[in-house]
Amino acid sequence: MADTPLIELTDIVKSFGPVSVLKGVNLKAYPGKVTALVGDNGAGKSTLIKGLAGVQPYDGGTVSFEGRTVNLHSPRDASHLGIEVVYQDLALCDNLDIVQNMFLGREETAGPIFDEGQMEREASETLRSLSVRTVKSVRQKVSSLSGGQRQTVAIARSVLKNAKLVVLDEPTAALGVAQTEQVLNLVRRLADQGVAVIIISHNLQDVFKVADYINVLYLGTMVASIPTAETTSDDVVGYITGSKTYDGANA
Amino acid sequence: MTTTPETPNPPASLDTTNLPAEGGFIGSGQEGGIRDQARSYIQRVRSGDMGALPAIGGLIVLVILFTILSQAMLGQQFFLTERNFANLLTQASSLVMLAMALVFVILLGEIDLSAGVTSGVALSAFVVLTKPDTINMPWVPALLIALAVGVLIGAFIGFFVARVGIPSFVVTLGLFIGLQGVTLILLGAGGVFRIQIPDFLAIENSNLPVWGGWVMLGVILVVSFGMSMWDRALRTRAGVPNRTFALVIAKLVVIAVLGGFVVAVLNQNRSSSIKEIVGVPIVVPIVLVILWVGTFLLDRTKFGRYIYAIGGNAEAARRSGIKVITIRWAAFIVCSVLAVVAGVFSASKVGSVNAGFGVDTVLSGVAAAVVGGVSLFGGRGRLMHAAIGALVIAVIANGLGLLNLPAGVNYIVTGGVLILAATVDAVSRVRAGGSLFRT
Repeated sequence: MADTPLIELTDIVKSFGPVSVLKGVNLKAYPGKVTALVGDNGAGKSTLIKGLAGVQPYDGGTVSFEGRTVNLHSPRDASHLGIEVVYQDLALCDNLDIVQNMFLGREETAGPIFDEGQMEREASETLRSLSVRTVKSVRQKVSSLSGGQRQTVAIARSVLKNAKLVVLDEPTAALGVAQTEQVLNLVRRLADQGVAVIIISHNLQDVFKVADYINVLYLGTMVASIPTAETTSDDVVGYITGSKTYDGANA
Repeated sequence: MTTTPETPNPPASLDTTNLPAEGGFIGSGQEGGIRDQARSYIQRVRSGDMGALPAIGGLIVLVILFTILSQAMLGQQFFLTERNFANLLTQASSLVMLAMALVFVILLGEIDLSAGVTSGVALSAFVVLTKPDTINMPWVPALLIALAVGVLIGAFIGFFVARVGIPSFVVTLGLFIGLQGVTLILLGAGGVFRIQIPDFLAIENSNLPVWGGWVMLGVILVVSFGMSMWDRALRTRAGVPNRTFALVIAKLVVIAVLGGFVVAVLNQNRSSSIKEIVGVPIVVPIVLVILWVGTFLLDRTKFGRYIYAIGGNAEAARRSGIKVITIRWAAFIVCSVLAVVAGVFSASKVGSVNAGFGVDTVLSGVAAAVVGGVSLFGGRGRLMHAAIGALVIAVIANGLGLLNLPAGVNYIVTGGVLILAATVDAVSRVRAGGSLFRT
């Protein structure tokens, strides 16, 4: 762990009324690395992510981004820093094409009207930079895309504008084998370009295939943060279910 | 393949300069000659993206049918005549306008059942304000006030739909009932107000001079060519491929031939008496200007794009930072104002306003939009589609009327065509598959 983390969460606390969901969570994500966040339902993964996106600010703890302490009080704060979240439902408009979706809410204009050529080229370049080969035309309607292609568009959308940290919520949950493979490759390429990626997944097979670090949340506490190479699937299952404890001393 | 020029604002995290050249290129549907474009268009249609094609087909079939029926049943051609052609355009203008107005809210997946009675209230205000023996306001400011009434009613609907969150069906149903009362109070019970303003009546009842029609066609051609060249210049600057230039020429030729035919026919004398009647009805260029401006808004500006986005997936639009409430609100205002314009055409045509003004038009407007291929679920359809759908419905009313068939037949046929159009749309969509290029 020679690198300095892009983002570091320290002692993050969040509760809804009397229910304490996050009880002092620490998390680091590194540029160029894929950091997996796993944990059972109700462990607090979504709450942790919503805080990163600025949708649901944390109650306490510090967030340090590129070495500076920052506030994440609104989605705007997050996107200003270069934090993009791709939610599980992808939030794409089926009736619009790929370019229109990727630029939705931040269109390039020439005067009062759209600069479609500029948008088309940027969209095309972003997809190419991610070595996306499965999309025939950037003017294809999203309704005509497969699940994997949609995920690709959603991820490409997130990195279109200088994203430094991309958070992916269950990107492979609804995908078949081949498409899962494609998306995982995409995640890997994303990291290889220097983006810090946090991926949430229930599928440990996927996690071991793509992640550099694995973080396990258990009932609002980060019970393990391990380089993938130094652990096994059985151990991680143990941490997730709480049947095993991790002694982080030698990490 | 030429190298793409340097991006002015490249995504910092993504280095695109040293990509492998092989297989990296993603198309945009603009490539290839006229044959490739034709092939991709056919593919788009086959994959269910038919747009206004069924309505255009229906229009052609109806025109042929009524031409034959008129000859066969009446022994004389009443349908396919210069006079009826001009009549048809003026009769249809109000419905075309109303259908176009409704597109703005239908694209959001909303509805405005009060669009007709909104025009009733606005036109009542207009006739009361311009009444010679009382207020006697000049007609232009009175018209502006009528349009302002449209803005107010649209803002009212928008407030309850977008802010409070009541379904538009309910809000506008309430207004449909309530605004009839407003009209009744403004006009007094049983009141019929005749309009005696020559300039106002001229909208529907007078024509451009013969040269005016040709100038209109010239302007359309110049604007169409200018827009195409502007688009191409922007795309060239961005370094993305343009459609083949032959398509620009083809489009201009189609406009010139069709438009030239229409103007030429309308410039024939269609009078049955000594005083000759020639020229394009004044309402035609007005409708065309509104159609062009509206299409420009919907296709090329954020307002339009966000209407489509909200209609497609409102939650996605919200997460993208789009001010969903504001856009919805604005769409209802646009709809109500254009509905008032539709009312202006209708009042100009009839020459009077009564307490029932606009009550029975709104569902025809919705039907016209649907026949033209606008989806009631939102997110799909264009102003042009609604206009063509309105022409279909107007041709049915006009043709059956000329055949002296009872009015009941008109309703039955119109309803049948609506269901047929919806069926064609549904069936074409079931044949799924990838639609490769944008509409």
